[in-house]
Amino acid sequence: MIGRAAFDGLLALCAGIVLAFLALPVVALFTQVPLVRVPHLLGEPAVRQALLVTARTTAIANALFLVIGTPAAYLLATRRFRGRSLLITIVELPLVLPPAVAGIALLAAAGRGGLFGDALANAGIVLPFSQWAVVLAVTFVASPFYVRQAIGAFEAVDGRLIDAARTLGASPARTFARVSLPLAASGLATGWVLAFARGVGEFGATIVFAGNVRGQTQTLTLAIYDQLEGNFDVAIALGIMLVALSAGVLLASKLLAARRGSVRRAAPAPAAV
Amino acid sequence: MLAVRATARLGAFDLDVDLAVPVDGCLALAGPSGAGKSTILRIVAGILRPDRGRVECGGELWLDTARGVDTPPEARRCGYVFQDFALFPHLSAWQNVAFGLRGVRGRERRAQAVELLGRFGIADHADERPATLSGGERQRVAVARALALEPSALLLDEPLSALDSRTRARAARELKRTLTGIDVPTLLVTHDFGEAALMGDEVGVIDAGRIVQRGSPGEVAAAPATAFVADFTGAVVLTGTAHPVADGTTAVELDGGGRIISLDVASGPVAATVFPWEVVLEPVDGRHPTSAQNRIVAEILSATAVGNRVRVALAASQPLMAEISATAAAELHLQPGARIAASWKAAATRLVAL
Repeated sequence: MIGRAAFDGLLALCAGIVLAFLALPVVALFTQVPLVRVPHLLGEPAVRQALLVTARTTAIANALFLVIGTPAAYLLATRRFRGRSLLITIVELPLVLPPAVAGIALLAAAGRGGLFGDALANAGIVLPFSQWAVVLAVTFVASPFYVRQAIGAFEAVDGRLIDAARTLGASPARTFARVSLPLAASGLATGWVLAFARGVGEFGATIVFAGNVRGQTQTLTLAIYDQLEGNFDVAIALGIMLVALSAGVLLASKLLAARRGSVRRAAPAPAAV
Repeated sequence: MLAVRATARLGAFDLDVDLAVPVDGCLALAGPSGAGKSTILRIVAGILRPDRGRVECGGELWLDTARGVDTPPEARRCGYVFQDFALFPHLSAWQNVAFGLRGVRGRERRAQAVELLGRFGIADHADERPATLSGGERQRVAVARALALEPSALLLDEPLSALDSRTRARAARELKRTLTGIDVPTLLVTHDFGEAALMGDEVGVIDAGRIVQRGSPGEVAAAPATAFVADFTGAVVLTGTAHPVADGTTAVELDGGGRIISLDVASGPVAATVFPWEVVLEPVDGRHPTSAQNRIVAEILSATAVGNRVRVALAASQPLMAEISATAAAELHLQPGARIAASWKAAATRLVAL
């Protein structure tokens, strides 16, 4: 048996080790380069190109999974049919798939000699190592974060509100737009924040499926990898920028979650009978 | 006219109903939880499709499973007041009401919605979200929203059960007045027989998916067709006209003759309710001073044992019911056709304006 004080000390020690282990590398990032030099380092042409590639591919990928993923999530959330759980499992699979495997899988599907690769090539579409390959890789690894969260958000909308909207004359499409979407909005936003962050951080699937061509497929994370050999300070500066972005995203998702909590609590609960 | 015939599997039992509500009528279905009451409303509204059935309203055929007719809910125009009201939490009170307004644009939408809220005395709350409204206010928004549709049928699912007991009496009176003022076939479901008796022109008692008895509230309460109905019906309902009397109490001249006293304040047409277990039975000649101010001489119709109690159905100017202990019943030698005096206290007589 150990005494209470010793036990508390042990807990504190473990907590300290966890915090130090997780925080120190991030802190170290800020010690390698004087912060005033960061904007200058980020002015490098390679960085500007990577920023552009990331912005474009992220924008397209996010638009794709928002526009197509939202109705898909609504369907999976509101209909009960055979094979529904299987479909949801398929949607969730990329969450646990190693990114490099995702890249290989995309190559196997769309690469030369792949499942659809030759058919696509005959139609004049060559995806691997193009900017569209970056878009597909990001969409593949990031969209499940959004779709899974969106399914939960739509499931949380009280079914009687949907019924009420229908009896009040709203078609299924209008019910979706006027009731389900606004009520699920903060949950959808939380999912989007997570998927956005995952997409920006994408590395493994992209480098396998799209390669690392500067100005073409080199995103910010790939640029860090590239600059390790070239200009280490630029790699550090890129790291600092992405830490700031990630922290912002984390903060945004926490704020959204807090807001969602307060909306939930304020929702009309049945009065005591 | 709303006519509904439907059968559907419902877990442990089958729902099997056949009912009709006249255009100016209100049928109140009363039954315990899980009896299939809400399911009937969902079938009428088109939210749930029964295995077999036919729903017709105002000459329109909404559902006929035999002919493959199934009008979607948005085309049926059923005003539906949901249990707990199902107000849209992201919309203000007036936006909730305006949701069902058709062919009204721009500023006129708000004006019409607020006007309707005004009819229910809550125009002041038009811009508030449901979360900040009281239970009674939410109920009025829900009713206003259902009526904004200009519905061809009105469906109410436990419209009073989400309210606390203080709000409920007033809300019940208001709702009764609203229902009386509209010419829309109305179907109301509740687990409370007293509530059904108050709201419905007709009451149907529903048990395990079937309507086991149907009739006027008084008929059903006084002559329960089955032991279940006997057990389920709570109060005796007597209609009459109330007027205040000098000592501060209220006298009710019962329709068909007779006069009772209540401590509730009311005037005009009322429903007087008294619980059968508050009614004392004694021989007609056994007159002695008592604190029970109400005394009606009635004919014994039947005496039905329900456990250790006996329900005694009485015929006076209106049907009456007493519930007494089996021992007391034995001592009174109750014989159908014999006359007996029923008495109860003025304080036990509740009045609700009609």
